[in-house]
Amino acid sequence: MARTLDALRDTRREWMINRSRLILAVLAIIVVLGVLVYRYYSLQIVQHDDFMTQSDRNRIRVEVIPPTRGQILDRKERLLAANKPTFVIGVVRERSEDPAALVDTLTERLSLSDRELRAFQERSERRRPFEAVPIKLGLDDTALATVAVDLHQLPGVVVDAKLTRDYPYGEALSHVLGYVGRVSAEDLLELDAERYRGTLHTGKVGLEKRYEPLLHGKPGYQYVETNAHGRVLRVLEKQAPVPGKNLRLYLDLDLQREAVAALGDQRGAVVALDPLTGGVLAMVSNPSYDPNLFVEGISYSDYAELRGSLDTPLLNRAVQGQYPPGSTVKPLISLGALARDFITPDSEIRDPGWYQLPGDDRRYRDWTLRVRGTGHAETVDLRMAIAESCDTYYYDLAHRMGIDAMAELLQPFGLGQRTGIDIPGEQDGILPSTDWKRAALGEPWYPGETISAGIGQGYMLTTPLQLAQAAMVLANKGESFVPSVVHRVDDLTVGGVQRPSMPMDEADWQAVVVGMVDVVHSPRGTAAGISRGIGYQIAGKTGTSQVVSIAQDAIYDEDAISERNRNHGLFIAFAPVENPRIVVVVIAENGGGSRAASPVARRIMDAWLSEASDV
Amino acid sequence: MSEYTRFFEGSDRDFAKAQTLTERLRLDVLLLLPMLAIMVTGVFVLFSASDGDWDTVNRQIRNFLIGLAVLMVVAQIRLDTLQRWAPTLYLGALFLLLLVPFFGVGVKGAQRWLSLGFIRFQPSEIMKIAMPLMVAAWVVRYALPPRPTTTVTALVIIALPAAAIATQPDLGTAILVGASGAFVVFMAGVSWWQIFAGALAALACTWPAWLFLLRDYQKQRILTLFDPEADKLGAGWNIIQSKTAIGSGGWSGKGYLQGTQSHLDFLPESQTDFIIAVLAEEWGLRGVLILLLLYGLVVARGLWISFTAHTSYGRLLASAITLTFGVYVVVNMGMVAGILPVVGVPLPFVSFGGTSIVTLLLGFGILSAISTEKRVLSR
Repeated sequence: MARTLDALRDTRREWMINRSRLILAVLAIIVVLGVLVYRYYSLQIVQHDDFMTQSDRNRIRVEVIPPTRGQILDRKERLLAANKPTFVIGVVRERSEDPAALVDTLTERLSLSDRELRAFQERSERRRPFEAVPIKLGLDDTALATVAVDLHQLPGVVVDAKLTRDYPYGEALSHVLGYVGRVSAEDLLELDAERYRGTLHTGKVGLEKRYEPLLHGKPGYQYVETNAHGRVLRVLEKQAPVPGKNLRLYLDLDLQREAVAALGDQRGAVVALDPLTGGVLAMVSNPSYDPNLFVEGISYSDYAELRGSLDTPLLNRAVQGQYPPGSTVKPLISLGALARDFITPDSEIRDPGWYQLPGDDRRYRDWTLRVRGTGHAETVDLRMAIAESCDTYYYDLAHRMGIDAMAELLQPFGLGQRTGIDIPGEQDGILPSTDWKRAALGEPWYPGETISAGIGQGYMLTTPLQLAQAAMVLANKGESFVPSVVHRVDDLTVGGVQRPSMPMDEADWQAVVVGMVDVVHSPRGTAAGISRGIGYQIAGKTGTSQVVSIAQDAIYDEDAISERNRNHGLFIAFAPVENPRIVVVVIAENGGGSRAASPVARRIMDAWLSEASDV
Repeated sequence: MSEYTRFFEGSDRDFAKAQTLTERLRLDVLLLLPMLAIMVTGVFVLFSASDGDWDTVNRQIRNFLIGLAVLMVVAQIRLDTLQRWAPTLYLGALFLLLLVPFFGVGVKGAQRWLSLGFIRFQPSEIMKIAMPLMVAAWVVRYALPPRPTTTVTALVIIALPAAAIATQPDLGTAILVGASGAFVVFMAGVSWWQIFAGALAALACTWPAWLFLLRDYQKQRILTLFDPEADKLGAGWNIIQSKTAIGSGGWSGKGYLQGTQSHLDFLPESQTDFIIAVLAEEWGLRGVLILLLLYGLVVARGLWISFTAHTSYGRLLASAITLTFGVYVVVNMGMVAGILPVVGVPLPFVSFGGTSIVTLLLGFGILSAISTEKRVLSR
């Protein structure tokens, strides 16, 4: 068929058609080729620099090398807060053929909790492609060896080593050291985000928070070449991080543990200061908590338990607990009274066992009245008043001084104001005066309130640390230092800052100290019980602070009221008397009386002074 | 030389006056030389793109050898034989294409393959050859230029398999197959008003095609073309990375085997559809221009074969095969450079792949046959 038709064809015409169309095709090809060449020219020559940058940005990544956090050591260089290697198991979805099955496998192998899985899901939603999402945090090397030893062979699993904070002595030091926790969004409002890139933890409480800028250090950087999957192929340039500074404390681990043991189950606080520096030798607040729980994020139930506990384990009683100082304030009032000549060491009062304001029939009872039905003695002088804690003596003295003179004289001891210790969250306490009451309560001052203030009751509130600071003033006869937990930051001494001294007659100091020695060493002293077998002299003062106010004329019965309404027992002391080496304050919450506190102080002093003589 | 002449003397009428070995083998040297140069270049680029994987390179060389064998066989077939068998081939390929939706094997969400148990093949690849053979045979039944009825029937011949392939879905192959048929019609001298009407009709088909025919991922690809930055880690990733690879190559490139985009796995499909980005990154614009020059030589020679072909059938076939080859190059390089949608067209003789190479070389065998036949007859 084709051949017959061929005969009819105008072959020349067909050839001409083909030729014209070919010319059109060639023209079209030239145009298209021109567009193509222009496009490659535009990409490769005109925009070359942009794409070169883009290509480098693709493959070169800046990685932050977080600094190693400074460590915290006690006075004998023992690690109290250390950096412990921990392992994080992460999942890279892109490298796993079946991510869901992989997560199931890991859940079984690592026995992940629902909480961990939920946290993993949340992190997964925010991830970038090829990013490892942590599924299990905080595995130590033994756990890694037993449970996860071959996990890294599974495709999609990465095991990453990191440093985390470890508090080897746990509860014993939590109120001093505080703890670090995960850097939160709120933290980043205060912190320099640039310095915290790659850093997981920041100080939340205690020394960890107070010294955060020094402990943290400075991050380093490295430029690494990575492939599209984010795997690092080589390091191009590196700037090492600057590690955080180490803190060396005045605190002595042995003494701290002795204090913890001495307090036992007793709720309360212990503060031991070195009177020569103001350094904190021991600081205990009981009950306590395990700071390690907070490092990788405490569970809600654990936290709720700590928060809700009636025993308030999160409260650092040593600096945040506010208690009426009770009779421990008597030596301090005495000194003020001596300085202003309200009394002399020899002036005496008559003590029937109670005190009455002129023109008032209310009787302010001495504690001896309920015990012995009488006063301390016919007449009482300063020495006996301190040794036996004569209330009548101080009712009278307080009335004669007036509340404002008393407040003015107690102020240099630092009552009612923060000491400035390097632990955050310190409370002020209250040193009452007419001005204070008007400002705080909007009420006038009543004369009866002055009487209570004379024995450290009523509105007056102090923290154990304030009492320790005041005891340091007594021990040093006027000289004192701002209490400090940290001695040195690396090689820079930060502790031992002097407070304004209290210039007074040597005789006045002596008159008070003699009474305080009698507290322990006189048979009629209120803490005579702790002097048995002692090889040195303690100057101390007991105190009992009322939790409930006792109705007029009611007989106070310890057993009849509930445990939490029992009086707090207090004891302040320093030793040895001639050359004080340690100041101790003990508060036994609801301990009933000072008998719960003074033996604790004796035990701590024994430990410290025997060690000091060993050295 | 004289020995060969004596050996072949009188053995075949067409070969009687052949002077050289290549002429006796019916091979067109000027077509094959630039083609072989592209192949050699391609092997080097593939070696880099596969991160020095000899296995990939060896398989590619094997593909080339199989393809060249096919070329040499096809080059021996006489044109009128091809013309006679064209309808059979076309109908057979169409039949197989229609079988694909029912018996096809799916790969990555697209059903393109038929399996005969021992061998798997894509009917659409057969159609790439069958289409120009058939359309050319159809339009040369009567004197050129074709009458409107011939044009319309030719368009139906083109549209049926193209639509079948597009729905597999394989937009790239559908375009190539459709183009190879359309080129025949164009070269046959169809009048301008018919072309204009056809273009309008095609445009009118675009709307329903967008609504009903194109799959979501195909629409995504086209949309991505216009705004690749919109989805950096998803659909736009390929384009951004390939543009980065090309652009960062500059004039002289980063050096052979030194391309960071491809060697650090940023560039997807670097051995197949996106291989030109590897070449552009490592060899720069210089390398791209040289490759384009080689492709230009191939296309120029193909069009020259068409220009000098003895019969209208030969002329139409040669120009359609050559122009389709050009479309391959332009669509591939355009899509990798971000000026055309990513439709999955390999770069001829450079991209890794078995079937497409064999099909291409089959086409070149036909070109070779057209070229040598006219010369023999003209003497």
